[in-house]
Amino acid sequence: MIRTESLSVHYGETTAIREVSLQVPEGHVTAIVGPSGCGKSSFLLTLNRMIDLIPGATTTGRILIGGQDIYKPGLDTVQLRRRVGGIAQKPNPFPLSIRKNIHLVLKAQQNRTRAELDEITETALQDVGLWDEVKDRLDRPALQLSGGQQQRLCIARALALKPSYLLMDEPCSALDPIASAKVEGLIEDLRRRYTIVIVTHNLAQARRLADDVAVFWVQDGSGQMIEFGTSEKVFSTPDNPTSAAYLSGIQG
Amino acid sequence: MNNHRWKESIPTAAMWSIAILITALLAWILCDIAWRGFSHVSWDFLTSEPRDAGRQGGIAPMIVSTLLILCVSLSIAFPLSLGTAIWLVEQTRQTSLGGRAIRMSLDALAAVPSIVFGLFGNAFFCVLLGMEYSILSGGLTLACMLLPILTRVTEEALRSVPTEFQHASAAAGLTKTTTLLYITLPTAGPTIAAGAVLGIGRALAETAALIFTAGYVTRMPGSVWDSGRSLSVHIYDMAMNVPGGNSQAYATALVLIVMLLIVNMTVVSLIRLGSNRISGRNAR
Repeated sequence: MIRTESLSVHYGETTAIREVSLQVPEGHVTAIVGPSGCGKSSFLLTLNRMIDLIPGATTTGRILIGGQDIYKPGLDTVQLRRRVGGIAQKPNPFPLSIRKNIHLVLKAQQNRTRAELDEITETALQDVGLWDEVKDRLDRPALQLSGGQQQRLCIARALALKPSYLLMDEPCSALDPIASAKVEGLIEDLRRRYTIVIVTHNLAQARRLADDVAVFWVQDGSGQMIEFGTSEKVFSTPDNPTSAAYLSGIQG
Repeated sequence: MNNHRWKESIPTAAMWSIAILITALLAWILCDIAWRGFSHVSWDFLTSEPRDAGRQGGIAPMIVSTLLILCVSLSIAFPLSLGTAIWLVEQTRQTSLGGRAIRMSLDALAAVPSIVFGLFGNAFFCVLLGMEYSILSGGLTLACMLLPILTRVTEEALRSVPTEFQHASAAAGLTKTTTLLYITLPTAGPTIAAGAVLGIGRALAETAALIFTAGYVTRMPGSVWDSGRSLSVHIYDMAMNVPGGNSQAYATALVLIVMLLIVNMTVVSLIRLGSNRISGRNAR
């Protein structure tokens, strides 16, 4: 379970998100929706502490993942990020071969034989439905794959580490509709096996995929969570008038 | 022709004439050197020792001295600049005081005239450290001169690696060291190598820093502790100090230019390889 308590993020003087408290239940797909600039991505970045890499960003409040406070001083962020995998908006495979993209993250984790590495690589690529497309060209550059294939490779790279949680920041926004449908189908397959937090612009996608939905909105110059509940509840009878307007397509 | 097009054609013509003028000037210098030097360059010229203060014979000892000086300076300057650049990129924020101070001093050092490095090298390596006039002193002086430019070029090469790669590898749970060794350095590799080759070009062409440090004896050096004359110093000496040495100076200049040309072509192909690797067209 991921739980945030009064989580705020500041970039210098500006507050990107203010006092967000929410719970992502184990095995659920939780979608975060909202207009641009409402702090969705910033929220996601805090969950695997990728926000640490952004100069000037500070975080207050608490985040518990599997009961562990991930902002506890001395926490090993490398270990955290292996447990909480992150998928970026734009596919970002390493400038290496397809095979090495996955081998590299595995090798860093522990010593394994070449055969073990290949086996995990095959499983991970099969999990994302990429194996049949690339099995004959594993040693070709990953950057030669199409955008959709690159994104699925990135998901495979994250899955190879056997994470418990997956964070996805608009994983389909840089893809064409067909590739996007494939990635969405993949997320459908990963449901229940992983706890997934997905940021999306696409309300229809959120509705199709998510068990729970959180609506973020800019209020008083900072992003805040204005609505949270099961997908059914949020889409049918939202409590907040702003999110009601947004979800029905009137505003935002 | 309408008014609009006519106005456009003036700057175009101006740019073309400037470009042609500069190219013609450089071509003239090159042709002059090639024309006057070519008849003296032969296998014998490249492999024999100079005679009669350099008026006769060849330039074999100078080629060897030049290459030795190059080896000494690069084997010191390259690892040091690589380490400094990695430190600047990985350990300091671009705006931090320490990083800014080091970057500013490097830029200042890069602008110091080479004769000043020559005097420093003479006072420090030759006299204070007792290395006397030697290829070692010359190489170390050149290393000091190359350090700022190599460090800055390497730093830029490392910074040009897209941050997405670093973010991707952090998100995939890779440590900073793994990222550096397997992602950043291989991606920046060709550009760093291009910087190093640029440094080689600088070192090959250097004269002022070497006269007071590596010296100008024309003997074949036995080791790095011996004094040795570089090709550029030889050109200077033939042209300025030895009456009747002009044709030898031209021939040596031609050899040096060919060496520089090879170096430059290497830079170009390495940079092309580098940009291909980032865009993925030609990655491994």
